[in-house]
Parts: sequence; C-alpha cells; structure tokens
Amino acid sequence: MFVYADNAATTRVSEAAVRAMLPYLGTCFGNASSLYSFGQEAKEALENARATVAGCLGAEPREIYFTSGGSESDNQAIFSAAAQGRKKGKMHIISTAFEHHAVLHTLRRLEKEGFAVTYLDVHENGVVTPEQVRDAVREDTCLVTVMFANNEIGTIQPIREIGALCRERKVLFHTDAVQAAGHLPIDVKADNIDMLSLSAHKFHGPKGVGALYVRRGVTLQNLIEGGAQERGKRAGTENVAGIVALSVALKDACDHMAENAEKVSALRDRLIEGLLRIPHSALNGDRERRLPGNVNFCFEGIEGESLLLLLDDAGICASSGSACTSGSLDPSHVLLAIGRPHEVAHGSLRLSLCEENTPEDVDHILTEVPRIVEYLRNMSPVWKDLVSGKKQFML
Amino acid sequence: MALYSEKVFDHFKNPRNVGEIPDADGVGEVGNAKCGDIMKMYLKIRDNVITDVKFETFGCGSAIASSSMATEMIKGKTIEEALAVSNKDVVDALDGLPAHKLHCSVLAEEAIKSAVQDYYERNGIPYDKSQFPVMEDCEHCGEHEVRMV
Ligand SMILES: Cc1ncc(COP(=O)(O)O)c(C=O)c1O
Repeated sequence: MFVYADNAATTRVSEAAVRAMLPYLGTCFGNASSLYSFGQEAKEALENARATVAGCLGAEPREIYFTSGGSESDNQAIFSAAAQGRKKGKMHIISTAFEHHAVLHTLRRLEKEGFAVTYLDVHENGVVTPEQVRDAVREDTCLVTVMFANNEIGTIQPIREIGALCRERKVLFHTDAVQAAGHLPIDVKADNIDMLSLSAHKFHGPKGVGALYVRRGVTLQNLIEGGAQERGKRAGTENVAGIVALSVALKDACDHMAENAEKVSALRDRLIEGLLRIPHSALNGDRERRLPGNVNFCFEGIEGESLLLLLDDAGICASSGSACTSGSLDPSHVLLAIGRPHEVAHGSLRLSLCEENTPEDVDHILTEVPRIVEYLRNMSPVWKDLVSGKKQFML
Repeated sequence: MALYSEKVFDHFKNPRNVGEIPDADGVGEVGNAKCGDIMKMYLKIRDNVITDVKFETFGCGSAIASSSMATEMIKGKTIEEALAVSNKDVVDALDGLPAHKLHCSVLAEEAIKSAVQDYYERNGIPYDKSQFPVMEDCEHCGEHEVRMV
C-alpha cells in the first residue's frame, strides 16, 4: 500500500491543471510579450489566469503578480514594505516566532540591516491573538507579517482581526497564505490584507509558480530586475503554462473548498483520535483552529527520522520536525515555539492529508504508526528511563 | 538517490543485538536526548573477551544502524580489539554515512569505549584515562535549525 500523507510539503498536480498547462508548452508556446497574435494568445491566457486568481481572492486582476512561488512572494512583499518603511524612518516589523523560513530568514536579513523585529509568542496552541499585535505596534512599525496558517502544525491565525488592527493603525499587513490558499476561505478585502503570498504546488498546481497579491496603492519593489513583465515589478519571461495551471488548480480548490474541507477534516479527526490512543503522545497545535488536512504529533521517547524511515518502509510518506530529518541539530523552531522541549520535539510526526486520501489510508496509518512507535520505544534507552521512573514523562 | 546505503538500511531495519544485558559487566551511555540521540551499550566480558554485547538507541536511522554495526564488530573480540574500533571503521563497515550523520558513528565508538571504561572502573582495573573520550554537552545545540517545507 502507498499512502501519500505529506500534502503540506507538496501536492500531486491535478489532471485538470496538467491538461490546462500542456497547450502552453506545446502548440501555444509564444512569448506573452510578443506583438504578433501568436504571442498574444499566451498573453491572453496569462491575463485570464490573473483574473481567475483575483476572483478567488476577492482582489482585482491588477493586484495580482505572478512569481516563482511562495518564497519569492514572501521575500518581495517583506522587502518592499521594509524599503517603504526605511524611507519614512520606520524600521520596526512585527511577525511571529513560527513563520516559514522564507519569512524568518528575510526578516533576519533586515535585522542585519538595522531593522528591529518583534517575534510574537504563539502560545502552546500555536495561535497569536490580535491583542498581541495591538500591543506590539509602535510609532515606527512599518509592517506586520503573520502567516495565515502554519505549515507544520496547521494552526489558523486570526487574520481578519489582525488585518483590521493594522488598517486602523495604518501599518502594512502581509500574510503568508501558502498553506491556506485553496484550503481556507480568503477575501483580501474583508480580511484587510495588504499583501498575500501563495504557491501553486500546495493546492495541486505545479512547483515553481506562485502569486503575490498587492493591494492597489501599496508600493511594490522589484526583487528581480530586467524586462517589463508583471507591470515592471517582476522581470522574466512569464511561466505561462505554470501560471495557467496555478489558476486552474486554485479555481478548482476554491470551487470545492467546502466539500473538500468536510471530507478531509473527517479523515483528519479520525487520525487524531486514533493517534491520541498511543500513550504519551500529544497533538501539536490547537485542536479546532487547524487546517482540514493537518495532523502533527509528538511521541515521547523516540526520534522522528527513524519513525519516518520505517513509515516509508510501510509505504507511508510523512514529515517530521526532528533535527535529524534535515541535517541540522535543532528540532523544528515551530515545535520549540509552542513550548515543546527539544527531547520531545525530536519525536514529532506530521501527516498532511488532502481530498485524494481515503479512509483506507487512515486505517493503514493507524495500523503502522502505533506499531512502529512501540517498536522504536522498545529499543530506546530514553523510553526505558521514562517507564522506570528515572526520568519524568513530559507528555 | 537513496538517503543511506543498503547496509545502513539493513542494520536499521533489522538491527543486531538490540536489548539489554541485565547482568552486564560494563555499561556505557553516550549522547544527549536534547540533541536527538542516545546510545547505550552493554558488555559481557570473560577472560578479556567480549562474549556478549547488546545496545539500546534513541536516535535516527544512522544512529541505530551505527550501534548495530558496532555491536557486530566487537562481539567475540578482545577488549583491546574493541577499543581499536574507530568511528571510521564503523562508517566503512556501513558502506558510508552522509556527512551530517558522521557523528552517529562517533557516538558508536564512544559507546564502546564508555562501556569498557565502566568495566575497568567496576573491577578496579588500572587504565590510561587519556585513551577515553571526555563526555561533554553537545556544543552545537542551538546553532542550527530544522527546515521543513
Ligand atoms: C508557509 C509556507 N511559506 C512559504 C513556503 C515556500 O513556498 P515555495 O516552496 O513555493 O517557495 C512554504 C512551502 O514550502 C510554506 O509552507
């Protein structure tokens, strides 16, 4: 049996998206910037895609810029806001402790350039409050950037309320919605969002293509200089096929959002209930405020990489926040941010489902995970110390 | 490209000598749960020969494979032969480890030495302390971060 349960890492490109992109690789390969009608066909597809994406977000087409993905969108949004801030002497940014590295590393670079960044605590449940943002805003705050939903633990942030606060205090608000787009309702106007990042491969589109929504009136700075594509804000011959596929995948995801969410969250809940039966395990992140497909657990006394390898052997694709899964020595900053001790964070497992998963997939996971956890615990000196009372259980 | 060699996978999935020796003559425990790996090694020693060895490991695939391989390499050997096993020997026997996993083989070497040292201490056997690793806290903790997509 093969179970793909790592949809937060990336998703399968849908057949509809593949079908939609093929003509722009083949018969309609023209450059969207060319004057002749053959190129203009590509241009038309590009603009239709822009209108579709805008429609999915409640934006205007001219507020959508296509990029190479979530990382680029995050970088451009944050650097743009910082550049505007610097001009006005406003060099303070508010973010959270558990953003994706595309945001965190961008902020770190700005810190080196003299910006001050406040990283809001995300509490044990992995959710920030609008009050925290309100209390952190200063006279010199130029940007608030808070992710829509966390990629590891799936917790959903109070974006609309934070947006309203930022609007009131006249501070730019960016949200990394890479995990949310196509999965949660988004209306950039009602949600008071000034800039929003999304990435096609998280909702059954292809990798290497994304979008940045920028509210009209917000100044965007180039990350990539060159030709005048994307109204001069993002140089480079457009990835027409990828962009068309992004728009088709996003439209599909938004059209079926409610039914997908219902189906996927039912699978998720069964998975969570089943895994909670493993002794000394804990769900990471708020039980209610979470993405329909996200399950993230810590199992005490074991290490995540060995769990992943044995799951792989059982045909299950998953992720872990253990240090060993990435070649670094610290476990996931997200798990540390919600207060999990290092020892426990090493034993984490993320299973992320999509509407293509089946109840049989969940059955298979629920057979394999408890078996493997027990197997690994039986050879773990840490587990033995916990059971014998030499060390105290944390979960 | 596979993450690990077939040998590593084999020793990880079918680890040799897993478990505890309740009446062990020497026990060594190295590593740190905070850093994500702990190895514990149990030795049974008779007439200077390691007659039995078992291990317990909390850690990643290569930590488990390194422990398993190390136990195979020292079973039936004299103490001197066991002490001569280096982390490089463990890596070679496993047909290599990824660069960032080499510390797992270091832990395996240290686990052997630490268990022998315990045997010496328990039996009042004089030994050259400089031959044994000094256990220290992991100096790297806190410097790196995990990347998850
Ligand atoms: C929350 C979040 N932000 C940003 C990214 C980066 O997106 P991309 O891989 O398209 O650059 C990801 C996923 O990789 C993500 O989960």
